[in-house]
Amino acid sequence: MIRRIAIAALMLAALSAAPASRAQDEQGPPLLDGQFSFDSFFGTIDLPAAQRGLQIYTEVCSTCHALDELSYHDIEGLGYSEEQAKSYAANFKVADIKDDGSPTQRTALPSDKFVHPFPNEAAARSANNGAVPPDLALVVKARKGGANYVYSLLQGFSDPPAGMKMNAGMNYNKYFTAGSGQIAMPQPLQDASVTYADKSPNDLKSEAHDVVTFLEWAANPELNARKQMGVKVLIFLVVMTGILYFAKRGIWHDVH
Amino acid sequence: MAAPAAPVSAQHPLVRWIDHRLPVFSFMQKELHDYPTPKNLSYWWNFGSLAGITLVIMIASGVMLAMNYVANADMAFESVERITREVDYGWLLRYVHMNGASMFFIVVYIHMFRGLYYGSYKAPRELLWMLGVVILLLMMATAFMGYVLPWGQMSYWGATVITNLFSAIPWIGSKIVTWLWGGFSVGNPTLNRFFSLHYLLPFVIVGVVGLHLIALHQHGSNNPLGIDKKGPQDAIPFHPYYTIKDSFGLAVFLIPYAIIVFFYPTGVFAEADNFIPANPLSTPAEIVPEWYFLPFYAILRSTPDILFIPAKLAGVILMFGSIAVQFVLPWLDTSPVRSARFRPVYKWLFWILLADMIMLGWVGHNRPDRIVAGFQITTFGWIGTLWYFFHFLILMPLVGKFERPLPLPTSISQAVLAAKEAK
Repeated sequence: MIRRIAIAALMLAALSAAPASRAQDEQGPPLLDGQFSFDSFFGTIDLPAAQRGLQIYTEVCSTCHALDELSYHDIEGLGYSEEQAKSYAANFKVADIKDDGSPTQRTALPSDKFVHPFPNEAAARSANNGAVPPDLALVVKARKGGANYVYSLLQGFSDPPAGMKMNAGMNYNKYFTAGSGQIAMPQPLQDASVTYADKSPNDLKSEAHDVVTFLEWAANPELNARKQMGVKVLIFLVVMTGILYFAKRGIWHDVH
Repeated sequence: MAAPAAPVSAQHPLVRWIDHRLPVFSFMQKELHDYPTPKNLSYWWNFGSLAGITLVIMIASGVMLAMNYVANADMAFESVERITREVDYGWLLRYVHMNGASMFFIVVYIHMFRGLYYGSYKAPRELLWMLGVVILLLMMATAFMGYVLPWGQMSYWGATVITNLFSAIPWIGSKIVTWLWGGFSVGNPTLNRFFSLHYLLPFVIVGVVGLHLIALHQHGSNNPLGIDKKGPQDAIPFHPYYTIKDSFGLAVFLIPYAIIVFFYPTGVFAEADNFIPANPLSTPAEIVPEWYFLPFYAILRSTPDILFIPAKLAGVILMFGSIAVQFVLPWLDTSPVRSARFRPVYKWLFWILLADMIMLGWVGHNRPDRIVAGFQITTFGWIGTLWYFFHFLILMPLVGKFERPLPLPTSISQAVLAAKEAK
């Protein structure tokens, strides 16, 4: 039996070593570790940090980046009340039609999707030096390295290394391996880009941490509920496995 | 020994009335209750029932996902996101289903390697094995088409690469590809037909699983000793002995499955690129299939030109050939002994084959231009491919003839008692 377990463990080790070997292939510096609240097995999203992140998204990111999959009422998942979601939505205007069919702009309702910064992709491209700012709702899931990648990228801007030839309008970011270090986005966050009402630290590192916490929530709004249910499911399964183990032994004791 | 259950004839008059006309109760009594099963099955024999249960989980979660999914190239990606975000427990359905595919392949691969080790494919179980290979092929087709449905970057480009394999067929290849696509590239018609087939094929699998079970129950399970049951002392009824053992195995299996679904739903088996909507104008840096296809993908990519056959066609032939060879495995293995426990040479070949498959998986996982120890990685892929076919086509027939097997125990119960006394 022990030999079998050892074999199974070896196979698992071989399987888990495979992704690591590819990670080494990727050029680029090792990512910064954001030490996020949701990193650990049972860890959940730190809602106050995610709320501060929403402020950063609203004041900074939303100038160029959409949040496609989300509606304004979704921010109730960050701990806001229905009233707060309503007043947050009221900051935005959405296109609609009047009863006579003529186009109009009205105040956004909680049921409206987050407004897009650009009317269409061509407008986004032409306003951004030919690059389309990616949608942020899934960005944490859609990049290798996940939250730590976005966290690193936000802090990875600097002057290009000596001798590196930059294309016109591009910025240097050592974590942007997909573009060999050249990214169309200028550094979006600096120290004190936002001022928090709760006087939380607003240096670049803290801002990056907060906005990535928000983006993790935007990509996985079910995360807290999922992990809470997971704990219950695991407790149930472990107890059931134990009961079934003894039931099996009891039933089999007269066989051999 | 538990007392045998009361026969159907002794039960409630309504049960007797139905059973006289439609013998479902005597069928269940015979096949699920009394069914004589070797008493020495190890836990490696749990994976058949686990595969069946996983199939049911996949169909149940899949049917509910289909109620909320939109098979349209402009809406598919968003509809999947909507399932995760808006549908009640939609995230649970989705994560059970997408990770369930990988769990299903883990279970089925263990089930198959168990069959390889203990010679479960040998007479009189050749058709049982062949039906299993049919199930594997159907599973692969279903999994491939299912991966296309979320219509992310890897869905789209994976579909493009895999369907393009058929273009390697001489003369008519490109026509076949256009026919498969329903257009001149992977697009809305492709997505629609893949959804239709992804919903259909699991029920075909259910049908073949039914045949697989009929073939199994004809002669009963093989066992770790690989010798036939000699009499009633070698067998125990399926219920309660194996119902409880399979239930325990299921509970153990559900723990890692639940850990993935609830704690790492997109961190273990999912590819980051598939959370970017499909974009026909932008090819991902690397197109990697799901892990369960990697050994076959490595065969495809590592095969060089062979004589006058171009590398692409040769790779396609060998990739499909690697599955096809499984159909004739019962006749390639010439040894009269089933279990590798009594086959000192084959036992080693089995472990080498397993290592070979893992190496092929590793090759498939890497970019083909990667250099390892001074060699391009496809060199290892080609060696692994050649070994795979050498194992099945050359070694299996030869070893059976020249190997001197260890003496077999006279019966299952005798071996079980001997092992008990040795303790």
